[in-house]
Amino acid sequence: MEPETLRTSLIWLLTTAWLLPLASFVVLGAAGPWFRRTSRLPGYLATSAMLVGFGLSVSALTVWVASHQVELWGARQGEVRQAAHEAAHAGGVPAHHEAADSVDAAATTVHAGPGPSKLAVAGRYYTLAKIGPREISLECYIDGLTLVMFAMITLVASCIHVFALAYLQDELTEDHVDHEVHLSGNRHFHRPGRLGRFYTFLSLFCFSMLGLVLAGNLFQVFMFWELVGLCSYLLIGFYGERHTAGSAANKAFIVNRIGDAGFLIGLSILWTCFGVFHFANLDAGSPRLPGLFELDVNPALQASFLAGQNSNPPTADAPSADAVVSRNAGPFETLPGWLLTAAGLGIFAGCVGKSAQFPLHVWLPDAMEGPTPVSALVHSATMVAAGVYLAGRFDPLLTPDARIVIAYVGCLTLFIGATIAMVAVDIKRVLACSTISQLGYMILAIGVGGWLAGIFHLITHAFFKSLLFLCSGSVIHACGHEQNMTRLGGLHRKLPVTTWCTFVGVVAICGLAVPLLPPVPVFGPIAFSGYHSKDSILATLLAFASLNPSHSLLFLVPLLTAGLTAFYMFRMWYLTFFGTSRTTSPVEAEREASWCLKAPLCVLAFFAITIGMAGENGPLVGILGTAEPVRQMQLAGAVDPHWTLPTHLDIQRHHTQAGAAALCMAFGGTLLATLFYALNQVSARAIQQRFSRINDFLQHQWHFDDLYDVTVLQPLRRIAAACVWLDRCVLDPFLNGCARLVVSISGWDRRFDEAVVDGAVNLTAQAFWQAGRQLRFVQTGRLRHYVMSITVCVVAIFILLFLFLPGRS
Amino acid sequence: MILGVVPLTAYLLVASVLFVCGLACMATKRNGIGMLIGVELVLNGASLNLVAFSHYGSLGLDGQIAALFVIVLAAAEAAVALAIALNFYNNHLTIDVDRADELKH
Repeated sequence: MEPETLRTSLIWLLTTAWLLPLASFVVLGAAGPWFRRTSRLPGYLATSAMLVGFGLSVSALTVWVASHQVELWGARQGEVRQAAHEAAHAGGVPAHHEAADSVDAAATTVHAGPGPSKLAVAGRYYTLAKIGPREISLECYIDGLTLVMFAMITLVASCIHVFALAYLQDELTEDHVDHEVHLSGNRHFHRPGRLGRFYTFLSLFCFSMLGLVLAGNLFQVFMFWELVGLCSYLLIGFYGERHTAGSAANKAFIVNRIGDAGFLIGLSILWTCFGVFHFANLDAGSPRLPGLFELDVNPALQASFLAGQNSNPPTADAPSADAVVSRNAGPFETLPGWLLTAAGLGIFAGCVGKSAQFPLHVWLPDAMEGPTPVSALVHSATMVAAGVYLAGRFDPLLTPDARIVIAYVGCLTLFIGATIAMVAVDIKRVLACSTISQLGYMILAIGVGGWLAGIFHLITHAFFKSLLFLCSGSVIHACGHEQNMTRLGGLHRKLPVTTWCTFVGVVAICGLAVPLLPPVPVFGPIAFSGYHSKDSILATLLAFASLNPSHSLLFLVPLLTAGLTAFYMFRMWYLTFFGTSRTTSPVEAEREASWCLKAPLCVLAFFAITIGMAGENGPLVGILGTAEPVRQMQLAGAVDPHWTLPTHLDIQRHHTQAGAAALCMAFGGTLLATLFYALNQVSARAIQQRFSRINDFLQHQWHFDDLYDVTVLQPLRRIAAACVWLDRCVLDPFLNGCARLVVSISGWDRRFDEAVVDGAVNLTAQAFWQAGRQLRFVQTGRLRHYVMSITVCVVAIFILLFLFLPGRS
Repeated sequence: MILGVVPLTAYLLVASVLFVCGLACMATKRNGIGMLIGVELVLNGASLNLVAFSHYGSLGLDGQIAALFVIVLAAAEAAVALAIALNFYNNHLTIDVDRADELKH
């Protein structure tokens, strides 16, 4: 396909897929009052919009893959081999080789060497503002990452839309009883069903999430970033009458604001220094400034624009270590490294909030108050992954200093999340903590330069985690909204589909595989998707740790956590589905029979198994690899004094050891969980009592909520109390005094008015009144008097005239 | 010839006598018709003055024209006043002007 045709068709396909949920939102929002509460129509409408969107995304992906002839199988392998070959020739300096050579010549003219992917296309919808050469616009940037994210989001969202049709069937009534809300007099809260509202919010969310992924500049990302935050708030607070749901929604929103403040700071730094927000300027002829991906982060830790105009494309050897000329965009010819670090950390702060990283991870477990489909879509597969996505997008601009912070934050988060999940008893909380932990893996991978591994894990995680959430939803749906695992158990006979779908998800997240068997031809090693992605993360980490021995914790902690992951996931599986039944309400097994419930589970289970097939030689990595940013620092072969990032070659070298270690840990965790919870060889209760302090510490989620209570909330409350005191005792009396003064002044004014002004007016009126009364007596009513008065007057006038008229001779 | 003999003052005297008589008539009569007669006397006194001045003074024909006007006006006024008197009599069975004081109340 011609490059221009391809560009247009990609933009059209994805834009339509993006706007369909918006249309659904508008229709549902506007026509909401006219839908009957018992009607499933809103659900069908939103679901069909999502399904069509999925079709469009997949066709866009297919068109793109076909026209660029992306190598789906073994792309990495060849690349790494070639890299090794080049490295041998270049005397050990690692070099990065651009992906597939068989790219259209027209698409490659702009960017030889560093910069955005050759296979990307960009388009502009609308220019919001233009300030000199700078501009803010609505645009799109489409590369392999965008396309894969689109397909993933629309697929997961479609499954969840369908699932929610069954899960929320209780809402299809005029009079829904919320058993979680206790009113006085032992009553429950009654309200009309809200299926329409649910799908309205869900459509808005899908629109915002797709917009975030499609966005072609950071400002637009920020806009949709806030929109998904809003949708998350609305959906967490879906059962707003429950006190816990309301406060969870507030908590999520407020905690995210803290991260977004950092995001804004990062945006301000970028705008001030570079004057651009867009990722890349792919249009060769346009007079636009080069985008963020075209910045040159050179070894001297100074960033600036690539030398030269777009019409004069920079060659691979153009950026040199000395002065780099900046375009006329910003005040800085070169940006000091610390400012770029600050910008990167600012953007990362946004990711910390959205992706629930330490120290802002506290909102995610509470967010489970929302309906389970929301947890599956928003709080495991898509929105929380948006932080990882943004970190991945921003990867080319991350400085080593920023990377080390990101890596350690991720490392800490994945450990904290896993440890909390080990003791949690609420099934959704276990999954939420595991999400935190897995997000930590992704962030850590991106931090140490494993962009591909992090994003790979993002995609596979989306599938198996949404699968696990939907399975938990199925359990909750069947067991009368019981979420506490200590009151579940023995469900595998009654809910077989859910049990084995959960098993698929659990195995995928643990990264288990069948060891020592030769790989199957197309499928690769016999393992589910999570094995491959976690394997590549751990390989990256091991490569990094072996290059930088002082940071070996960054490998050991995730390795240990891989074991913990297996432990808590199998603990959840055994506690929920095996053992004796501890349910208090009867299990409504027939509820699982609904196809709306089963089909999404099976679809997601299929993808959880296959999406990562063949691992780093598979199609997913092949597609994502085309979008991998090229790091200038590696290109220039610079050696940072503090630490080095591993190259693909290094990672490849450590793949086997890391994989074996991870597999051992995962099997160890599984074995431990089996001993504890399936075979009951070891009493979990005894261990808990033995280490009651640790157990307590973990049960309270490392006391983060208490910590924030003491460090933030209580001082805030104290400040608020002081403000109240100031208000009551200083400001109020002052204002009251002022008011009293004004009142007394107006009292005097009133008296003056009444006495002087009114008095004068009244006196005049009185005078005329009296004169009228007196003159009344002149009118006698007697004709002769009138005649006489006329006569007298005439005579008087005559005499006066006679005496005084001038001109009388 | 007579005109030449009788001086202006005589005319004026007669006119003023007429005028005063009319006035006195208007001031004293309670009968409506009597008052009307008083009015006519006053008007005639005025006309006589005009005619006398037209002859002796510088008024010329204007004085006589004015006197004619006065006569016509007096006729019209008499017609109106008699109609009022008749109506008054119809309503009150009297033409005593002192009784005609309803407008005051």
